[in-house]
Amino acid sequence: MLHLFAVLVASATALLIFAGGLVTSTESGLSVPDWPNTYGYFMFSFPLDKMVGGIFYEHSHRLIASTVGFLITVLAVWLWRSEPRPWVRRLGYVALGAVVTQGILGGITVLWFLPDPISIAHASLAQIVFCLTTTIALATSPGWKRAYATSGPVPGETARDDRMLQRVAVVTTALIYLQIVVGATMRHTGAGLAIPDFPLMLGHIIPPHWDPKIAIHFAHRVGAVVVSVAILAATGHVLYHHRGRRELFRPSLLLLALLTVQITLGALTVLSQKHYVINSLHVVTGAAVLATSLVLTLRAHRPRFTQAVDPDGSARQPADGVLPVAIHRSPLGPAGDHA
Amino acid sequence: MSRSVRVLACAALSAALIGAAACGGGTSEEPAAPAATAPVTNPVDPATAGNITGKVTLEGTPPANPSINMASDPYCMNLGPASTPVFVVSEGGLENVFVYVKDGLGSLKFPVPSTPVVLDQKNCAYTPRVFGIQVGQSLDIVNSDETLHNIHAMPAANREFNRGQALKGLKYTTTFTAPEVMLPFKCDVHKWMSAWVGVLEHPFYSVSGKAGAFSLNGLPPGTYTIEAWHEQLGTQTQEVTIGAKESKEISFVFKI
Repeated sequence: MLHLFAVLVASATALLIFAGGLVTSTESGLSVPDWPNTYGYFMFSFPLDKMVGGIFYEHSHRLIASTVGFLITVLAVWLWRSEPRPWVRRLGYVALGAVVTQGILGGITVLWFLPDPISIAHASLAQIVFCLTTTIALATSPGWKRAYATSGPVPGETARDDRMLQRVAVVTTALIYLQIVVGATMRHTGAGLAIPDFPLMLGHIIPPHWDPKIAIHFAHRVGAVVVSVAILAATGHVLYHHRGRRELFRPSLLLLALLTVQITLGALTVLSQKHYVINSLHVVTGAAVLATSLVLTLRAHRPRFTQAVDPDGSARQPADGVLPVAIHRSPLGPAGDHA
Repeated sequence: MSRSVRVLACAALSAALIGAAACGGGTSEEPAAPAATAPVTNPVDPATAGNITGKVTLEGTPPANPSINMASDPYCMNLGPASTPVFVVSEGGLENVFVYVKDGLGSLKFPVPSTPVVLDQKNCAYTPRVFGIQVGQSLDIVNSDETLHNIHAMPAANREFNRGQALKGLKYTTTFTAPEVMLPFKCDVHKWMSAWVGVLEHPFYSVSGKAGAFSLNGLPPGTYTIEAWHEQLGTQTQEVTIGAKESKEISFVFKI
């Protein structure tokens, strides 16, 4: 039940990111000048028939954000009351602190007329909140608790501590997050169309002239190439070495699919002159790429966490089919040999 | 939790918050009441004052003004089709051009009018779209619509503000503290709503009206730089010298 609720919270956070993307894409961020009130009304009593123009996007974003804030509060309390693993409980507290900080950043950026640093921090922290809720959903899942003991069709293909994969996945996730921060910088500094053509850049492979906006936009495109290489490396490693481990295989396939969609959306964002729906889908798909890579990373690290836990949450000895990490090695030799 | 994952999480959180820590800030202060202006005597001697009058014309065929999609607000949509009045041409003249004395008044100081300038939000548009005001003069911003507006000033030299007006009849009064040509307004609720104000330390400004006509009256004798500003066509300047009680006629021709 806790896991399902955590999935709901993570899904609501993704919806919130999409709504935030719509606010930015429709340039509606200042259509509600006050905060936390809305045109002097208490936020939840603002009449629906007054949600016109840009107010529709901004006020909807605030309502969804409040709902997500409430859900994360419930999740944190739930974890505090029933979760035996201290680190999972702490994730709940951190998520609560992050979403509160996120709300304050959202208010400040409105009251201060959308200063770029605050707006970029708001967009970047949103991804952290999503990552936290995703991690909680993962950590409370039955598969994680049993350490994916039954995930592989091949005996011995479970929970191998593959250091190479762990490193590649961590680097990939970090690069994706960095790319999202660069993307947020591009959005909030108005550089989204600084290079208006695709795949060429101002008619060339390298832009023939430069200004700060072109540089930011260029960095985002280069970042896309770097992230793509990293994702191909991580997923290629899984497909080559861990095809039998569904907990790694599935997110790898999803990651490849999301990467394809994300690059397509990025191109369409430019070619459509930043159509607000395409632009917002690009934002939320970026979040999905990040979360999927994070799931892959965490699952790759699963053997390094403590032993499996019973469905009721209590720790126990390794589950059937899960061997202690120290004695469980790949048929190819020590995991580190892949390096 | 594995060390590398913890490091990744900490690095990401730090990156998200670093902007917040590094940012500067604006202000959400309430607008100051109109500053008390020290009484000054109008330095213009009516016995010698002259006038500059003229006309702004447009050479070439202007593009059709962009039509407005007001579907996002039923109240505005029910007002009927509308277009953004970027090019308003009447009797061969170009309207909504801000013409003012840019230079030549030296250190002369002029009294601040006690009558406020009114910017109305009516029929989901700003009226007037282009206007002038003196530093320290009151600006009354009124909502005459049965819908919400926010009035968002985006100055370079003055204080930015963004006020919501949820009800018809609401009025917000503000002043500007520094000269600025032009200072844009927009409504973030209704993207098509834009207006511009020229903030000056003197009263010698005009907005071209019917037939593109404008007039700058009561100028002391002297040599002036006159500038004409259009929201899309940019600016033009002319040097004009007027003697005592002299009236001169000039013209600005914008080309498309």
